[in-house]
Amino acid sequence: MDFVVSILEQGLIYGILALGVYITYKILDFPDLTVDGSFPLGGAVTAFLLTREMNPYLSLLLAFLAGALAGVCTGLIHVKFRVRDLLSGIIMMTGLWTMNLYIAGTANVPLFSQETIFKNSLLEDVFPKGLWPYRTLIVIIILTLAGKVLLDVYLQTKSGYLLRAAGDNAALVTTLAKDPGNVKILGLGLANGLVSLAGSVFCQEERVFEISMGTGAIVIGLASVIIGTSIFQKITLFNATSAVLAGSVIYKACVAVALKNFEPQAMKLITAVLFLVILVISMERRKKVKTDA
Amino acid sequence: MLELRNIYKYYNPGTVNEMCLFRDFCLKVEKGEFVSVVGSNGSGKTSMLNIICGSIPVEAGQVRIGGRDITREKEYRRNERIGRVYQNPAMGTCPSMTILENMSLADNKGGTYGFRRGTNKKRTAYYQELLSRLDLGLEDKLEVKAGSLSGGQRQAMALVMSTMTPIDFLILDEHTAALDPKTAELMMELTDKIVKEEGLTTIMVTHNLRYAMEYGNRLLMMHQGEVILDQKEVEKSSMTVEDVLTLFHEISIECGN
Repeated sequence: MDFVVSILEQGLIYGILALGVYITYKILDFPDLTVDGSFPLGGAVTAFLLTREMNPYLSLLLAFLAGALAGVCTGLIHVKFRVRDLLSGIIMMTGLWTMNLYIAGTANVPLFSQETIFKNSLLEDVFPKGLWPYRTLIVIIILTLAGKVLLDVYLQTKSGYLLRAAGDNAALVTTLAKDPGNVKILGLGLANGLVSLAGSVFCQEERVFEISMGTGAIVIGLASVIIGTSIFQKITLFNATSAVLAGSVIYKACVAVALKNFEPQAMKLITAVLFLVILVISMERRKKVKTDA
Repeated sequence: MLELRNIYKYYNPGTVNEMCLFRDFCLKVEKGEFVSVVGSNGSGKTSMLNIICGSIPVEAGQVRIGGRDITREKEYRRNERIGRVYQNPAMGTCPSMTILENMSLADNKGGTYGFRRGTNKKRTAYYQELLSRLDLGLEDKLEVKAGSLSGGQRQAMALVMSTMTPIDFLILDEHTAALDPKTAELMMELTDKIVKEEGLTTIMVTHNLRYAMEYGNRLLMMHQGEVILDQKEVEKSSMTVEDVLTLFHEISIECGN
């Protein structure tokens, strides 16, 4: 039971990250490596605020804003300075490493004694006692679903339509008298805001900030998006964002099962192999669709 | 209305491949004119459209609309009052969005794309009415993704989308070239109908001489960055496709092919 709860917790936290990656990778068709820096950025901001005894819920908001700012920077580098998409992300990711160290103070900030979104006096007052052992999972579910629903609603607004159009057909955005570059910047901001929010939640759940927590975050995000969209998109019950969240949980489950049978050093290799397998499988799927049509 | 004043356009400036396309190019298009533009490849037809829309910069000269100089205005800003249909049917619609969503996007052109609901349900009937004029049955497929439509259907939708909101200009860049003959015919009739109904000032580039003769009230033939034939309504109606074709052969001989 603990095993399943832990998979769900991890899967859903990284699900928020995957929602961000979904915006850049699927909607904007932008391979955004900023994620490896904006995920720990959320953690660094959180560590900074919690060690100064700020309200943990406020840290979520500020982490989101910090991530959004990082995303906007990537967008500006790409759009205004015409640096290639991949390189813009790499530049930001590299710069953010130092920024994160500055913000957090050190490479490792334990948050054991601080109040977090999972353990604070307010939560202790309002939370039903019977469900207390599952409070972490429940809070994560609420946060993730809120993120998903807000994103769903946003994608159905005029601004959201324009975002989808920018990834699909930038020329159309121009003919609609809007600058596709600005739309891209907005999308990158939103995406990295979500990624950074995930970083904040992750830190509070793990009760520690680690400078290297972002390494490979983009791979996890991409794997989740690809698993989710290739497996679940066919099922009408699942819209794209639900599919991405489910993909993230499945990915975390696969990694957890694999880690049970291998030693921890194997983690990165397992991740890489798993990602490759997923890519190959999902590509085969695409081929089939084409021959059918 | 629209004026291109002393336009200079070079390609690859400063290299050995420098090529001067327009040298002191001038053109005036009056309000309500439907101009058909023909000419060989490389004669500057599409470049002219790109210069009007701001897709490519010019070295010197002015682009003026209604007396206002818009030469330095960004492409997307100019598009507020310009509708454009491209040769490639995929360029006019968003493939991953439904027909309804595409129509809603186009309907909001000129407005702010804010946090209001993307699709206004009250407008659905209006969209259906617009689409039903195409006779393609698209009005019953509002929830179908634009990507699964055929080229002709997409191009027809692109035309409707680009003329939905009030515009000063309609720019048609070989918009029937990628369609089969029958669909192209339908597309031209539809274009003519919309242009007449809305009274749009239109510039249409085409390689089909018959369309150029049949539609529109002014004919331009371009060659090596110059207008070599400019016939307004009266003279145009007295010309035949053969006349234009003869002229076409003459300029080709000059070029040595």
